[in-house]
Amino acid sequence: MDWSPLWISLATSVTATIITLVAGLAAAVWRERRAGPALALVDGIFLLPLVLPPTVVGFLLLLLFGRNGPLGRLLLKLGATVVFSWPATVIAAAVVAFPLMYLTARAALEQVDSDLLEAARTLGATEWRVFREVALPLAWPGVLAGTILAFARALGEFGATLMLAGNVPGRTETIPIAIYFAVEADEFHRAVMWCGADIAISLALLGGLYYWTHLQGPQNARWARH
Amino acid sequence: MALEVQIEKKLANFTLDVSFTATNAPLGILGPSGAGKSMLLRSIAGLEWPSRGQIRLNDRTLFDSERRVAIASRDRRIGLLFQHYALFPHRTVRDNVAFGLCELPREERASRVESLLARTHLSGFDRRYPRELSGGEQQRVALARALATEPEALLLDEPLSALDTHLRGQMEAQLQETFAAYQRPALIVTHNMEEAYRLGEQLLVLSRGHVAALGAKKEIFRHPPTLEVARLTGCKNFSRARAVSDGAVEAIDWGCRLRVVQSIDKPPAHIGIRAHHIDFLEAADKPNEGDNVFACWLMRSSETPFRITLYLHLHKVPGDSAVVHLQAEVFKEKWERFRNRPFPWHVRLPPESLMVLSE
Repeated sequence: MDWSPLWISLATSVTATIITLVAGLAAAVWRERRAGPALALVDGIFLLPLVLPPTVVGFLLLLLFGRNGPLGRLLLKLGATVVFSWPATVIAAAVVAFPLMYLTARAALEQVDSDLLEAARTLGATEWRVFREVALPLAWPGVLAGTILAFARALGEFGATLMLAGNVPGRTETIPIAIYFAVEADEFHRAVMWCGADIAISLALLGGLYYWTHLQGPQNARWARH
Repeated sequence: MALEVQIEKKLANFTLDVSFTATNAPLGILGPSGAGKSMLLRSIAGLEWPSRGQIRLNDRTLFDSERRVAIASRDRRIGLLFQHYALFPHRTVRDNVAFGLCELPREERASRVESLLARTHLSGFDRRYPRELSGGEQQRVALARALATEPEALLLDEPLSALDTHLRGQMEAQLQETFAAYQRPALIVTHNMEEAYRLGEQLLVLSRGHVAALGAKKEIFRHPPTLEVARLTGCKNFSRARAVSDGAVEAIDWGCRLRVVQSIDKPPAHIGIRAHHIDFLEAADKPNEGDNVFACWLMRSSETPFRITLYLHLHKVPGDSAVVHLQAEVFKEKWERFRNRPFPWHVRLPPESLMVLSE
């Protein structure tokens, strides 16, 4: 039994989630401080991966990172190729998961009372401290929800991954791709088993979340209880 | 110690155009809602940028549009108290107060927090969270937090308006105690004239973005310079006026000639009298010429627990379309003495209480 799709899926989803968490938060903070018509376009670009079919996203990434693509050529000079490698699964998953993280983080940050941020500033706090000690802790439930959505989306990513990373067993074969090719090759048992694995991971994730919010939460969040 | 402000800022409906200097005495800033009071405080605290002008605190320039200086809020060393306290809900009382002290060593920080909590009567509350406190306690935490960084000026935005009446008195006493020890510029914004009077020594009346009056509070309440200021300081009775001779004006809307004590330097536009200054003659009193005594009839009245407001028509029996000329406020004890007397009653408008108001 080859367990590699499980480890590849987990490694890909975790890495992609960390990347989207940082990038999504940074984009949300950057966006929150600005206003203007040009930002509608920026928002559109940020949300495009959510609206486009994953195959289109994958194809666009292929154009970008391929041998003749602008980023691909740059990386080739540095001696690296992305297409059909493990980083490609991370890139595909991160790009597709990004809009979910960005949207929820932005909504969560907008909910934070601006008086609190201003109070922190008048007390001498730098912008970084205002973010780390006031905005982020208060937006945390929303940011966490975004992180979980992003992780779930990254774990389920199929279309864009197949376009950019292909199906290289032991390197880019994630669980969804393994399922697809198992069905294609009439290996029905293998498909069922990977479906079971996917369901188990999802349930474990939801269970952990339940534990975190209901059993540990009340002491940690005495201030938020109502 | 002085805070010098001279700023202009374009707002949606008017331009905020204010200049004043605040010294160590607390300055009350009185104005109706939407007069630009909060915007003024936010500009001084560095949360808004004025369109033009300068702000100086002691010897530091905080803002200067011509020299392109705009110090960030965090470097201004100005404490700001928010109307709704703005405490950090995820931090305990102690951690709220200590927020501005992160650069101090641990022991010094702890002792500073402790002394601040003692000064604001909050000892023993240090491990509580803001939502476990009453409004008055929350405002005291906010005060302790603002004082912790030893700001060079303190700005208070409607510090009492979110509190219940019985807590308001306590917080007021706390603020008076704080100002007495603070001895640096403190601005208290309020729309309540009694709060402005009780908390400030100096008074600035703000109306639609401009300074309508600035000076010692007693002087402004006794001789408001204009109709606008008289109204904002609680005066209810006005009449258009015309100077007749020195020491006398004609009150056009009240249909009478009045002797006044206040000297008339500028042509008066209005004359006013506060509701509680209107005097009702007892039966035995015999009015003299030039005493400003007039016959009046009661049109309606409205009661509060201890006082009554009487709406009066002057000179003749009011018809159906008669207007209210004066509203007088008297204590119920006095009201009981003359309420059953036949009309007309006689009111006296004491010359020393009449306020001559210019344009």
